[in-house]
Amino acid sequence: MRSSSLLALAGVSALSASLLAACGGDDGDGGKGGDAVKVTASDSACEVAKTELPAGKITFKVLNKGSQANEFEILRPDGKIIAERENIGPGTTVNFVVNLSAGDYKALCSAGQTGKGPSRDIKVTGSGGAAGTADPRLTDAASEYKTFVLAQVDDTIAKAQKFADAVKAGDVAKAKELYAPSRMGWETIEPVAEKFGDIDPKIDAREADLKPAEKADWSGWHLLEKALWKDGSVKGKEQYADRLMADLKNLKGQMATLAIDPVNDMAHGAKELLDEVATGKVTGEEEAFSHTDLWDFKGNVDGAKKVYDLLRPVVRQKDAQLAQDLDENFAAVEKLLAKYRKGDGYVSYDTVPAAERKSLGDAVNALGEPLSKLAGAVAK
Amino acid sequence: MIGGGRTNDGGSPAAGGESVARGAAAGAGGQRTDRPGAGGTPSGRMSRRRMLGFGGASLLVGAAAGAGIDRAVAAADEGDATTSSAVPFHGPHQAGIATPVQDRLHFAAFDVVTGDRAKLVRMLKEWTAAAAAMTAGRPVGAGAVGGPEVSPPDDTGEALGLPPSRLTLTIGFGPTLFEKDGKDRFGIRDRRPAALVDLPHFPGDNLDPNRSGGDIAVQACADDPQVAVHAIRNLARIGFGVVAVRWSQLGFGKTSSTTPDAQTPRNMFGFKDGTRNVAGTETSALDQHIWAAGRDGADWMAGGSYLVARRIRMHIETWDRASLGEQQDVIGRDKNEGAPIGRRREHDPVDLPRLKPTAHVRLAHPDSNGGTRILRRGYSFTDGSDGLGRLDAGLFFIAFQRDPRTGFIRIQNNLATDAMNEYIQHVGSGIYACPPGVREGGHWGETLFG
Repeated sequence: MRSSSLLALAGVSALSASLLAACGGDDGDGGKGGDAVKVTASDSACEVAKTELPAGKITFKVLNKGSQANEFEILRPDGKIIAERENIGPGTTVNFVVNLSAGDYKALCSAGQTGKGPSRDIKVTGSGGAAGTADPRLTDAASEYKTFVLAQVDDTIAKAQKFADAVKAGDVAKAKELYAPSRMGWETIEPVAEKFGDIDPKIDAREADLKPAEKADWSGWHLLEKALWKDGSVKGKEQYADRLMADLKNLKGQMATLAIDPVNDMAHGAKELLDEVATGKVTGEEEAFSHTDLWDFKGNVDGAKKVYDLLRPVVRQKDAQLAQDLDENFAAVEKLLAKYRKGDGYVSYDTVPAAERKSLGDAVNALGEPLSKLAGAVAK
Repeated sequence: MIGGGRTNDGGSPAAGGESVARGAAAGAGGQRTDRPGAGGTPSGRMSRRRMLGFGGASLLVGAAAGAGIDRAVAAADEGDATTSSAVPFHGPHQAGIATPVQDRLHFAAFDVVTGDRAKLVRMLKEWTAAAAAMTAGRPVGAGAVGGPEVSPPDDTGEALGLPPSRLTLTIGFGPTLFEKDGKDRFGIRDRRPAALVDLPHFPGDNLDPNRSGGDIAVQACADDPQVAVHAIRNLARIGFGVVAVRWSQLGFGKTSSTTPDAQTPRNMFGFKDGTRNVAGTETSALDQHIWAAGRDGADWMAGGSYLVARRIRMHIETWDRASLGEQQDVIGRDKNEGAPIGRRREHDPVDLPRLKPTAHVRLAHPDSNGGTRILRRGYSFTDGSDGLGRLDAGLFFIAFQRDPRTGFIRIQNNLATDAMNEYIQHVGSGIYACPPGVREGGHWGETLFG
């Protein structure tokens, strides 16, 4: 399988092999047909039909008999995730291919997709499986990207702390000033941060996206945004400033186990960042009260650009036309965005007329389309 | 969520999607017309590709030997056509003009967002390949399924399992492609045909710029709305970065036919429309009134035609309150048979003096316009309601002609006193030069940019 080389990113502390899983959607594609290992997941159990397996590509045929969406993970004994398959709906079966070399592993089923759940020990023996055949450029890119992500988290924490302090001091004007800058680091790495599924909704949920039952537990940036811009007061909201900081620090703690896959985390993540721009920022939905959407826009584009810059040498070699399209369209979006710079930041999005929003949307579509081909080019 | 939903969980979209897709398409509008000679074709049970082996309904029985043929067999005249067969893409004229009018429309106008001529030509070549594939019932590029799981599929997939549905894709170039804000954008300013004028303001116009103009237009017609929408969607996708959709319009029922032997369709006023339209078989009338010739001034347009599109909003509610007598006087025909006032049969010649001086048919008639004729290919539209409880409905007028100055513009000026104006308003407008057809191995725009 062409993607097997991606697996051996030995330089990265742990590696997600979900690319392989993605390639093995059907029986027989890399999974050696009928040799699939049956896994039956339920809300409380994780049954694995065979726990001693030969090294190489192993197909897990995961049936979710539970009532909640399940997530299947292969981990090292120390808890680092090797590969995961999310969103296995109740009653559905997925084939999940993982390339494993000899060693001890855990297979874990997580009902509700919290990352926690019952697991079984697996022993892999033999000489097959992932070996040192990785493209070193991708190994380096993943390693560098992880450094970037960690730096962005640190930056976010530092800026969010100033924002939180202003909220706690009841200084509305200052808090408004610090709100958008505090979010930019987060916006550059959002898809990676979303891997830690329970944190994103705590710090970045919009009120309009909440279910009625969730409203009482709403927290995070957008709660404070509403208080600052709509109510004009953050009185009684001090606890949310503290919670935001606690959640961000929790994110930083979890980042230690972060495994970066150049295809799924980087290339797909970059595409998802542009999706964020296309669906949330161009429309002005993300920052319904503060209208600081262009800051987030910039953060999303910067995050995608960082990924592309790191993967660009590989893309240029594998698909030169795609590299040229991406070069041009990143430049076009950045140029357009620069028109709206004001001081250290951006103009309020409610001052951007509809015709100009359409131009922004056109530019985002022009970039998003080739960006959706990045993963395929890298995996080639 | 990262990684969610990207893995194929098995199942066969091609087989499984077919009945669902067809059901949705047929159910969405409920307007599918069972045309004479087309009913009962078991196309829904056949794969899109298999259908290509068949030329028409008469061949369907026991013709399995033809199933391997990739290219569609033409069914150019409606007598033989089924609602599912393919219309040839290549030829001296673009399909979708003299072609028997299909039931559904998706019309899209694009703005070119690059200043790079080479990029534009590259996209036109990609569009041509996609158009040739889709009109033959094939998916775009490497298809909708079966490709690498890490990449989005080339084709968006909603036409999987559907027959070609007589899809035609017709391209036209607007005045702003040649010159915009005084700028010769692509080095083709001097190739702008004299006939591609900027349409003048007509009395009563209330044009919305967001529903008007555009550098490039594509008319997608098909007997299945899902096939037409699929075509525009995929062209728009291929075009990102080079073009952006400016506006688009769906049409659900043809209001004119180019096949006078078939039943004349009715428009949203409830009247038969297009009785005296130019027929697709009237070769000499097509040459005289519809196809542009090299000697007209722009040699790259030889074999092409000029498209005028008008989004004509109908004041449905007030029209429905008009008495039958008034309605018939306004149109100039009787509502049942469609006969001209004072005559008995629909196709009887119009006796102009018998019609009121303000009757629509009288003012639009060739005899009132120096003998000029245009080929109408319009569709009814209903885009929900307008927030005031009124249907946002009307006629998306499309006409092809050899020269709009002597065609649409002349007639539209003559309609200034049309009694129908009380019940309509023109709210969108476009004019486009549609080049001749594409030869095998050629591409859209070849005669203009070549």
